[in-house]
Amino acid sequence: MRGLVAVVSLMLMLPLAAWGVIETYEFSDPVLEDRYHELSQELRCPKCQNQNIADSNAPISRDLRFLLHSQLEQGASDDEILGFMVARYGDFVRYRPAVDQNTVVLWYGPGIVALIGLLGLVRHLVRKKRVDQPVTAEELAQLRSRLAVSEGESGAASMSKTVHTSDRAARDNEESS
Amino acid sequence: MGRLKLFLPLLAFAVLGAFLFRGLSLDPKALPSALIGKPLPDFSLQALTAEGLVTREDLLGEPALINVWATWCYSCRVEHPYLLDLARSGIKIIGLNYKDQADPARQWLEALGDPYAVVLSDTAGTLGLDLGVYGAPETYVLDATGDIQYRHVGVVDETVWVQNLARFFPDPERELDTTPLGSSIGEGP
Repeated sequence: MRGLVAVVSLMLMLPLAAWGVIETYEFSDPVLEDRYHELSQELRCPKCQNQNIADSNAPISRDLRFLLHSQLEQGASDDEILGFMVARYGDFVRYRPAVDQNTVVLWYGPGIVALIGLLGLVRHLVRKKRVDQPVTAEELAQLRSRLAVSEGESGAASMSKTVHTSDRAARDNEESS
Repeated sequence: MGRLKLFLPLLAFAVLGAFLFRGLSLDPKALPSALIGKPLPDFSLQALTAEGLVTREDLLGEPALINVWATWCYSCRVEHPYLLDLARSGIKIIGLNYKDQADPARQWLEALGDPYAVVLSDTAGTLGLDLGVYGAPETYVLDATGDIQYRHVGVVDETVWVQNLARFFPDPERELDTTPLGSSIGEGP
């Protein structure tokens, strides 16, 4: 008795609604079934715009699934089926539209923007590295002599003797003294 | 140049902003027909309110509206009085009774009035499919040579007619019957 109750309870939990929405099709060849799943994921429902026809329970999606099944069984190629759909519902009906002059920005735009960003980043890093290079002995001697000259001229004994790491810092120092 | 570069992010923001602002006034649901400028597909369908078959050639000669409707479509009932007004003012309207049954459809026309010059009975939805119909009501503009010029999805009313459809017909200033919408329910054409 308890077993029966358990079985009935489990059966009540089955997703009956989902059965009612998506019909099942028999395929003569498992390859066709795979292609059916692939294409029905890629084709977009014209009525409910953010669903593919596999997920949508709109009448038009049911029609398109039926059509897809019958075309697959008749031996149509993927291109033929997609061409048939696009001729009637426009590029809109594909989640992966063909590359043409209308969609080329869509396809390559993000890649180009990412490339520009990457180039900018590389340039920035290269420049930063160049600035961070240690001072050579020759530069150090040059700086010291300049500091000595400026101190001698102004007599500012409090002048910091910190060695700056770039020419520009040295020049600023010279100007301000 | 060094200083001008500082304005690049602002420029990028302005460009992006312009696109997004444009997007605010676009209707994401608007879906132009794939058949704009292309010929109406060939068909041969039973006439709903007359005997015999209707083919593509029977519809040519003057610009017309092709109105996709069905008795299961609530919005079709909403736009029906306005279609009667249009028909009365001389616009040729072709009905496409889409995925419907003939008897209830005929009863509908008897009860509400028949604005259609001819009604095609597309029980299986084959012409609907070839036209790219994805629901009802939809209204297409067919020019005199048989090319599709425009598609409107949803109810046709005064605003839609004036803004989108009237320009395809010879006399855009055409005086429409000015009886208020809905008053013609129940009257014959």
